[in-house]
Amino acid sequence: MNTTAAAAVTASPHAHDRSGVDRIMLNVCLALVPVTGFGIYLFGLPALLMWMLCIVSALASEALCLWLLQHPMSRLLDGSAVLTGWLLAITLPPWSPWWVAVGGSAFAIIIGKQIYGGIGQNLFNPALLARIALLISFPVPLTTWAIPYLNPDLGQSIQILLGNMPTLIPTPDALTGATWLGDSKAAMKAGGDMTEYLSSHFNVMDAMIGERLGSMGETSALLALLGGAWLLKQRIISWHIPVSLLGTLAVLALVTSTSEPERYAPVGFHLLSGGVLIGAFFFATDYVTSPTTKLGQVIFGMGCGLLIFTIRTWGGFPEAVAFGILFMNSLTPLIDRVTKPRVYGRNRQGDVIKHVPAQRRVN
Amino acid sequence: MLGSKRYRGGVHPVGHKADSRDDSILTDVPLPPMLYLPLCQHTGDDALPLVQIGDRVLKGQKVAKANGRLSANLHAPTSGIIKAIDTITMPHPSGLPARAIWLEPDGQEQWTELTPHPDPYSIPHEALAGMVEDAGIVGMGGAIFPAAIKLRQGRRFEIKTFIVNGSECEPYLTTDDKLMCERAKEIVEGAKLVRHIIEAYRTVIAIEDNKPEALAAIRQAAEGIGSIEVVAVPARYPMGSAKQLIQAVTGHEVPAGSRSNDIGVLVHNVATVYAIQQALIYGKPLISRVTTVAGGCIAAPRNVEALIGTPVQHLFDSCGGVTSAPSRLLMGGPMMGQVLPTADVPLIKGSSGLLALTRKEVNEHVPAPCIRCGRCVNACPMGLLPLEMASTSRKDDFEGAQDAGLRDCILCGSCAYVCPSHIPLVQYFEYAKGEIRDRRVGEQKMLRTKELADARKARIEAEKAAKAAAKKAKKKKAKPAKKPEPSSEETA
Repeated sequence: MNTTAAAAVTASPHAHDRSGVDRIMLNVCLALVPVTGFGIYLFGLPALLMWMLCIVSALASEALCLWLLQHPMSRLLDGSAVLTGWLLAITLPPWSPWWVAVGGSAFAIIIGKQIYGGIGQNLFNPALLARIALLISFPVPLTTWAIPYLNPDLGQSIQILLGNMPTLIPTPDALTGATWLGDSKAAMKAGGDMTEYLSSHFNVMDAMIGERLGSMGETSALLALLGGAWLLKQRIISWHIPVSLLGTLAVLALVTSTSEPERYAPVGFHLLSGGVLIGAFFFATDYVTSPTTKLGQVIFGMGCGLLIFTIRTWGGFPEAVAFGILFMNSLTPLIDRVTKPRVYGRNRQGDVIKHVPAQRRVN
Repeated sequence: MLGSKRYRGGVHPVGHKADSRDDSILTDVPLPPMLYLPLCQHTGDDALPLVQIGDRVLKGQKVAKANGRLSANLHAPTSGIIKAIDTITMPHPSGLPARAIWLEPDGQEQWTELTPHPDPYSIPHEALAGMVEDAGIVGMGGAIFPAAIKLRQGRRFEIKTFIVNGSECEPYLTTDDKLMCERAKEIVEGAKLVRHIIEAYRTVIAIEDNKPEALAAIRQAAEGIGSIEVVAVPARYPMGSAKQLIQAVTGHEVPAGSRSNDIGVLVHNVATVYAIQQALIYGKPLISRVTTVAGGCIAAPRNVEALIGTPVQHLFDSCGGVTSAPSRLLMGGPMMGQVLPTADVPLIKGSSGLLALTRKEVNEHVPAPCIRCGRCVNACPMGLLPLEMASTSRKDDFEGAQDAGLRDCILCGSCAYVCPSHIPLVQYFEYAKGEIRDRRVGEQKMLRTKELADARKARIEAEKAAKAAAKKAKKKKAKPAKKPEPSSEETA
């Protein structure tokens, strides 16, 4: 008859919007399915094996850290380690050898995340940090791109994963092609003309659909946009970072390419090549390493766009998205501090707002 | 910015309001076997009982009188015999006992003599405020601040806008909604009376736009009565918070650390305004209130008008009873309501709702680490950084927490509502606020102790000096003939 509540004393609120970290991670993974699926379709079994290896080793590294730190193993289920492994996989050349996948994932989880104190504490995006560490340490496998539709069988795929790539395929010189970005940069250095290069190499249709060289996640612009649209629709991310990043990059490219078209690449080339789209929607929007305020996010996105353009145009590396985002990651705490929202009843400086006091009556 | 009528942040919690909105207010709840009237149903000290065990009291008779400024009178909700003045479990999460008057109803519902006022507008303002005070009316939206004090403050300040708060932004609760639908005339009359007392220039009845029936009813009732505006405000939690409502209605923000009357605004809840009307026109004290009985565990959720002091269990039973074991019992809404330790606690003046929630509704999870998603920052209606406030509070860095916004936090819970990591943010804030308060009290105590010690020292010394002087004087008196010393030497 008498009703008593089972739960112990808890503070309000006693309602929740039913969101959860695991749901967020799941949605991001869902958004990654199209680009990943297409990457596997293009680059065959080795890509699939590499993708699985990244995820498994990320999970294993996470489990090891949780065990060492005596954190609850249930945190494996929040999906963050799976996502880190997955994100790393789509930035790697699809035929990367096993040790790149395993080493990269372990680096991402252990150095990139757990050393800082685990989920939510890291300064840099773990997957990007791992990718850059790999690129600097092992430049050759990280810039060896497979040609689409080679379709090696299982035995060959395992050989590729073991790192014995060039001996297997009949036309080995076809393998180590460069991406448009690397290629155009080399052409410019050799004194070429950008308009000439583009007319002979760059093709908007290919860039949209994605039948080209590149890492798994960066070939198809359309599918990257599809994933980004899903994240926006599910309200996992807001428009602020992607739009400001892409907008800044587009404006800079427009200004420079209209003034000197033979030296600077046009807007379409900048937006559709390399990992710009995937970076703008999946990496720059990482909660942990980007600002929490909307104004901060716009500043962050603009900074990323500016850095990507600068590094691409004048820097030493052809691919600039990872560097640009990582650099802005380091500024996130500062941006958060200067873009604190104004408090109700106070001005921007935190002082009480002025008002004309309601006059006392004389009665 | 200043002048904007849209306040930042806020959330849109799932309403659950349809469950209790369909039926009319249940007014014939059978008398419970015993009514428990806590002596403290207001912000101040316990009221002082005016009755003794064994006394027969009449309905509406004053049984306890206010003790101090923030205290309020208490009246018998029905006629009956005082059985005890003893401790009961309070409707408060602590479940701590507090003193209450136990009244056994005799079933006769015999009223004490009321003095209706056909024309309260002819009564002096101050006397009207006194009548509200006498009726024991407190803020019925949950603030439980004595209404008469607010009216008197309203008279001391030049009130430009008087807002009747009909926003009712808490999920599940439809108390104010139903009251506005069914007693619109009385509420408008009450608003007129309050406006008259505080001589406000502008009177606004603000209702969230998710209550179209209430809006229509109030609009109809207010038609033809000059200068009572009925305003639909967007439905967004925490619209019912005074600060946010003031911004939504006037476009002005209440400066940090100030009260709304400092900027010439006064806010009263619709239920309070209704109670004021009942007191001023009919002379009825506050002995009953409308409350929403709802939640997934309640068989037939609806609004009931029940006597103050009715056991919560009795009200659950009159709404079809509890169908499954509730995961949580609440007084008030789920966003800011208080956990009830058991259903064996009485209805009090501030109970806007009584909820029995299922586990699914509460959606409690083990907290996970913060992933800095920033949802709390965007949800905060005050523009604070809840994630920073929580991380600093956790480390007992209360200075840091104050800087991140704790001093301005209204504990609305919007941040915790949207937190995907299920971090109990409000719990951290309450903890930190409590610690800061304790420290401040401790410091003040120390300061006061030091003051007292110093004063004592000074007093003792003064007494000593006085004694010495008296001795000297006596000596002088005793031997006045012996060479009188020059006065200059004495003072040297």
